[in-house]
This record gives sequence, structure tokens and C-alpha cells, in this order.
Amino acid sequence: MTYKYFPHTEEDLKAMLEKVGVESLDGLYAQIPESICFKDDYDLPSEMSEMEVRQQFEALGSQNQQLTCFAGHGVYDHYTPSVIPNLLSRSEFLTSYTPYQAEISQGTLHYIFEYQSMMAELTGMDISNASMYDGTTAAAEAMMMTVAAGKKVDRVLVSETMNGKTLEVLRCYALHRGIKLEIVAMKNGVTDLNDLKTKLLEGGVAGVMVQQPNVYGIVEDFTGYADACHAQKALFVVDGVAANLAVLKTPGEWGADIAVGDGQSLGIPMQWGGPYVGYMCCTEKLIRKMPGRIVGMTRDNRGQRAFVLTLQAREQHIRRQKATSNICSNQSLMALWVTVYLSLMGKHGLKEAAEMSYAGAHYLCDELLKTGHFTLVYDQPFFNEFYVKYDGDGNQLYQRFIDAGILGGVRIGEGFLFAVTEKRTKEEIDNLVKIAAL
Amino acid sequence: MNNRLYGNLIFELSRKGRKGYSLPKNRMGGYEIPSMMRRTTDAALPECDELTVVRHYTNLSLNNFGVDNGFYPLGSCTMKYNPKINEEMAALPSFLYLHPEQPTETVKGAEAVVTLLERSLCSLTGLAHFTFKPYAGAHGELTGLMTIDNYHRSHNDMGRKKVIVPDSAHGTNPASAAVCGLEVVEVKSMADGTVDVEDLKRIVSEQGTEISAMMMTNPNTLGLFEKSIPEIASLIHTCGGLMYYDGANLNPMLGTCRPGDMGFDVMHINLHKTFSTPHGGGGPGAGPVGVREGLQDFFPVVSPYHGNFSVMLRAYAYILTLGREHVKEVGSLATLNANYVKESLKDVYELPIDGLCCHEFVFDGLKDKSTGVTTMDVAKRLLDYGYHAPTIYFPLLFHESLMVEPTENESKETLDGFIAVMRRIAEEAKTTPDEVKSAPHLTPIGRVDDVLAAKHPIVTYQQLLHDKD
Repeated sequence: MTYKYFPHTEEDLKAMLEKVGVESLDGLYAQIPESICFKDDYDLPSEMSEMEVRQQFEALGSQNQQLTCFAGHGVYDHYTPSVIPNLLSRSEFLTSYTPYQAEISQGTLHYIFEYQSMMAELTGMDISNASMYDGTTAAAEAMMMTVAAGKKVDRVLVSETMNGKTLEVLRCYALHRGIKLEIVAMKNGVTDLNDLKTKLLEGGVAGVMVQQPNVYGIVEDFTGYADACHAQKALFVVDGVAANLAVLKTPGEWGADIAVGDGQSLGIPMQWGGPYVGYMCCTEKLIRKMPGRIVGMTRDNRGQRAFVLTLQAREQHIRRQKATSNICSNQSLMALWVTVYLSLMGKHGLKEAAEMSYAGAHYLCDELLKTGHFTLVYDQPFFNEFYVKYDGDGNQLYQRFIDAGILGGVRIGEGFLFAVTEKRTKEEIDNLVKIAAL
Repeated sequence: MNNRLYGNLIFELSRKGRKGYSLPKNRMGGYEIPSMMRRTTDAALPECDELTVVRHYTNLSLNNFGVDNGFYPLGSCTMKYNPKINEEMAALPSFLYLHPEQPTETVKGAEAVVTLLERSLCSLTGLAHFTFKPYAGAHGELTGLMTIDNYHRSHNDMGRKKVIVPDSAHGTNPASAAVCGLEVVEVKSMADGTVDVEDLKRIVSEQGTEISAMMMTNPNTLGLFEKSIPEIASLIHTCGGLMYYDGANLNPMLGTCRPGDMGFDVMHINLHKTFSTPHGGGGPGAGPVGVREGLQDFFPVVSPYHGNFSVMLRAYAYILTLGREHVKEVGSLATLNANYVKESLKDVYELPIDGLCCHEFVFDGLKDKSTGVTTMDVAKRLLDYGYHAPTIYFPLLFHESLMVEPTENESKETLDGFIAVMRRIAEEAKTTPDEVKSAPHLTPIGRVDDVLAAKHPIVTYQQLLHDKD
């Protein structure tokens, strides 16, 4: 009965069953009440050879349409250097688990330390954890962290300019956790500072969350935000797309206490929504309030520099029902993905890619405006994504893009949210504009 | 794996002016990012050429040990073989470059994978619907509890805020309950490690109207099947609560018993355990949540899209490969392997609860406690012999817990090798205890100073540089 994943020969089975003292494999489950045993066949296809599995997946894959991507809204089509998937397929990384045994896990611990260092640099914050599931859940963790760090406060203020997908996840966590999530109004496409100040003065605010660039791609001016928050003992949280931090003013420079966001833009393929990686960074003061794994430096008993999971007293397996987060893994392999990406792109490449994305988006925007069919919904500075209104039938245009093999942005309300990365060529942009101008 | 440490940090290999990337020429030209938007100083990322980066991470990988390196009997983690074909299918370009907000008619293949995987998981668990939004096991627990909480809220049954959790449960269970805004009530275990039904009856009679759910793994954390599960489910259902199945220990049930048939209403599955997707050094996993008919309307929005889709591709490839014929064999072979190891070692290691186990079992350290050799020492000595250590000091029911889970993929020779080494370590504990207490000796690094790391946290390279000054 041997099978490629089961090495048991008849002889092995016999010897092992004898050692265990049961007559057959069924005998191993003698303790299970008959009434709940499963005796049917599973409703599954019959076993497939590797060739058949491949055919099956290729057939399924061929039902997907490959589009030239001008969509963003939190997920971006950046280029992945070949080095990354190649290195990540090393099974010493791929097939290991959480580095509990530091002596045989220095590879993992080491790259997480590098990841933490790089994310702290990018965000301009003191420290980073070992990564989170994605940007939206990192934001939810940040929301809960502000409440846990505060004293008897349960209000969290979120700007209306936050991505709706993130807001939905925040609302879900807040409902169950008993956090009062309130929206700070938007004015001309950006957060209304006056509304924020009014809501802060009502008291009981644990944290204030904003997004940079915001959902419309607009780069907001957060001057005075951190002070307004801190005056009311609220923590200031800035959420943002990781790749943009290469050039944009950092959460640290804005005076943030916590920086969160998605790391997908650092070379992780879109793969229909995941896996990505969330980042979370904070000030040194808050380190013991931060959820998730953290890797720290230490020494081994031979005097060598070594890395280890640290500050575990914060974590769920120690605190159990007193825990303020239930996160127990990180997104380790995706953190490695980002780390290798940042190692390759380095100080200059990341900036260059961000500048290309910026230029591409502004070129596309200018060309679209020139057609006379589009107007910017908000007259505000944007980065690599922008929100425009179309004077014709939007749904029809969107379909025309699809027919031409183009994913023409994300529809938000009546408008189009277009995003451009360094991957989009001038020809692709011109082609989109040509279709839009028809 | 190395036995000498490769210890560089990428930052230490950086040289000003080097680069490891190439980008096409910027032909959009003329668009400058305004200075008011810009950060004042560049992020101090490394500057390295491509080969330096490749060698660095290749060498780092050699400091690591994975399932492909050798036996990895980490209890409760189900470190089974991660088939290579699954990796290749997950990386097919036809799935890799789909934007999650593409219109449905352009992602028919991806949608089909979700439907087919859902149908498979329903058949395997006896439940009716799954949501794939949860990114991990713990995220699945939270999603499941939120589903249950939403269900009670929909009946305006707002007083149900208590979750019953066995005292042997993994710490994530109570932590997930807390994050969901629920209070934990612990139910006692009996001497044989299973739920004390009398204690449960007491809890239900005293607090029945406040019970939201009961969370259980079955088999439990000790690898023992909870025989009273029909009675437990009936007690909880009678008081108006729902039964939550933590899928951490689902593997031994494949082919034998389905959570839906045991009486569970809601469950999560760790695709990275039972369905062979790689653990990746601690993620990404996936924790889809299944429910009985009628509860699917209460799924919460715990993530924006379709969960960790590429993990789902891997799991589906695994299910197709095994097919209905071989999925059935998984559970009993995993169970056989665990019992074989247990029976072969119980004369030298303390087995607190004798009898048949499922996919894993727990020793309470060495039988002979006079040597002073602890479970920690045994675990570290195993590393010298080329094995990953079992899970240690969990569950908390025993002082010297050593939890072994071999999985169905391991051959008798591999198990015999492990058994021989475990016996040898038991011998060494008597003859050369210091050798064991100071282990490991043959790994890239020796035992680390955890206290130093926690007392004086250095968690970034910047802090390290600052510390040197």
C-alpha cells in the first residue's frame, strides 16, 4: 500500500502495529465512539499523478485573464527581481517553523533582525516587530495597541480618507473588542484637522489613525497632528504603503507613535490578495506594548553574536486570557521576501522605483486630463495613485479597458482610482489613454 | 546545515556605490517629487551587488534546519513534508499576477479554486461552508469566535460572553477569546487528560445562559481523543452555546472522524499543518473557518480579500494529489507513527498517561529524575544528533513536558533512528550528564542568553551601532 508520501511497507506496518499492540490500523482508534466514526468515502476526486495535477492547475489558470495592471487601492503591481523567489525556495527557510530553537534557527532569526532594521529605517521609527499578516490586520492590531497602552480609554479616531478595506477590518475588530471607532471627517480629499481637534477634545481618545498617501493617493500634510494627539494623551498612528517610504516624509518625521501598513509593495506579487506582509513599527517607549514576535540580539555561551525571539512575556502563549493580541506567528517568509528585495534595491533602487512610479502616475494623469474627458476629483498633491471622474459611462469605459487587456484602475463610487508603478511602460500608459480618449 | 556560524549582517556587507538592481530608463521624465513631500534623509538601506546578496542569504539558510533537512517532531505543529509540486503550482504566472480587485469574470480560474477547495474541506470536515479570509490559525480562531458572537448578537442574546476552554488548551485559545471581547472559563481536565464532564456540567448549570461557546481540540493537546465529545456537545448545545473546533489537531482525524459529526458547529483548519503547506519559518499559513449550514451569514470581515490565496493553491494541489483514496490514510499512519515512538520510549521517558494516543503524545521528562537532566537539556542534545527538538514545556499540565508529533511521512527507519538517539540521551543523562546539560555542541551557536536579550533589547541594526558607540 505504499504511496509516494507514505513510506510504510507491509513489513513496517506489521512490526509497528505489533509494537503498539493493536492488530490493525483501525484498532488505533478503538477509543472513538462508533456513532461518530466516518465510514463513507470523502467526496473528492480520485488521486492524481503529478502530471494530472499540473494539467488541472494549468487548465484552471487559463480561465484567468492576464491584465496590464493600473489598479492599486492598497495592492500594487511592482517588479519582483528573480533573485527573490530563487532564494526563498531554499527549503532551509521554507520548511522550517517559528525559530523556537535558536541554535538551529539563526538563519530565520538573523533575517528577521535585518527585516526589523530595514522597516525601522523606512518608517523612521525606533523599532519594528517581526511582521504581521497584512496591512489591514496590522492596522487593527495598532488600534488595539493604542487602547491597551492607554489608561481607561476606548475611543479610536480614524480619518475618513483611510482605505475602505482597512476601515472595514478595523470596524470588525472594534465591534468585538468593545472599541468605539469614530470617523474624522474629510475636507477636500484630506483629513479635516479641525474635526480631529474637536473630537480629541471630547476626551477618552486612545489613538488617532491616518493614512499616507490616503485612499485617493493624496499626500496629506500632517503638521500639528502629533502634537494635537499627544496633548490629549492619544497615540498617533500613521498607516502607509511601504515602498513609498523610500521618498515620502516618514511616520517618524510626522511624530507618529506607531507606523503600520502593508509590505506587499516591496516586490511581493499580487497573487489575488495574499500572502502579503504587514509591518508595525513604534517608538522605543512602546516596545513592551507591541504585539507579535520580536527578534533581539544577544550572545551565546561561546561568546558569539546571536539572535533570539525576545520579550515573549508580552505574547499570547504566556499571557493567555490577559493577552491584548492573539497573534502567535509572524509572516516570516514574506518578511524574508521583503528583506531580500530591500537588500537588492538598496538605498538607491527603492528611491528610483518610487520616483518612476510618481512620474508614471503624473504622466498618466496629465494625459488623461488632456483628453478632456477626465477631471481630478480633488485638487491635491498625489503620489503614484490618483482619483478622477470620467464624463461618460464609467462602467462602459472600464469594460473597454478589460477588453483591451487593461485593468483600468479600481472603481470607487463613480470615479476611477488609477495607480502606476515602475513596471508600467510609456507605451502601456499611452495605450490606456488612447482607449480612454475614444 | 552548517556547524559553524555564518554571522554577517547584510548591512555589514554594504559598500557605498554598489547596487543589486536594474530598472528601465525613466521615460516619463520631467516629474519631480516636490521637496515638501520628501523625507529629509535617505533610509540607510544596504548597498550590495547581486552576488553578495545571493551568497549572504544562501549562507544564512545554512544556519537553519527545516523538514527537508531532517526529522522535525515538533508537537502540535504537524511538520509534515511539503510537496514540491505544490510550490510550483502556487507560482504559476496565471495565478501570481491577479489583482485582488479584478472583476469576477477575469478571475474565473481563481474563483474555481476557492469553490473546489471549499467543497473539499466541507467533505473532509462535515461542515457546510468555509470562509478563507483568516490568514493563520490564531486568526481563524478569532474569526470563528467572532462568527459565534455575531450569531448570538443576531438573536439579541447579548449576555453570552463566556467561552469555556479546557485548562490544557494552547494559549492562543484564551487569547483569541479575549481579543473577541469574551471572558474565559476554564474547565478542568481529569487524570487522563480529557475534559472533566462533571466540572463542565457544573459550569453549564451555573452559567449556562452566559455561555457563548466551548473551544476544544479533539484529539486534545495531549494527543488523546475526547471520548465524551457527543455528551459535551449536547451539554453546550442544550444551554444555547456553540461548539468550536480548533483544527490544530485535525491531522489524525483524516479518514476516521469529522468535526461536524462530533457535534462541532464552527472550526478552523490550519492549512499549513493538515494540508501540508510550508511553515515558512513562522508563516504565511492559512486558517479557513468552516461552519454548519445557517452560520455562514455571520462570517466577519477579518481581512479584505480572499485570504492567503497562494497557500490555498498549495493545499488544493495536496488534496488533488492524495485524492479520496489516500487522504483517508493520513490520520491512521500519523497515529501509528506516534504510538510506535511512544511505546518504544516509555520505559525511559515518563509517560504520565498511558494508552493509545493519536498523532502526538507528551512525556513528562526523563523517567530517572535523579540526574538533574531536564527536558530543555534533552531537547538541546537532540540538536547535536541532527534532529529538531520536540515541543517543550507545553502543555503546562506537566513540569517537564516533551511533546512529540512524528507525522505520517516519516519512515520506520527515521523513527528508529530517533528512538535510538532518545535512548542514548537517556543513557548519557546517567553517564555524562554535563555533556547533555551543556548541549548543543555541534550547532552553529550554543545556548543563548535570553535574559540579556530581554533586559537590554537590541532589535535593530541602528540600535546595535548606537550600542557600540
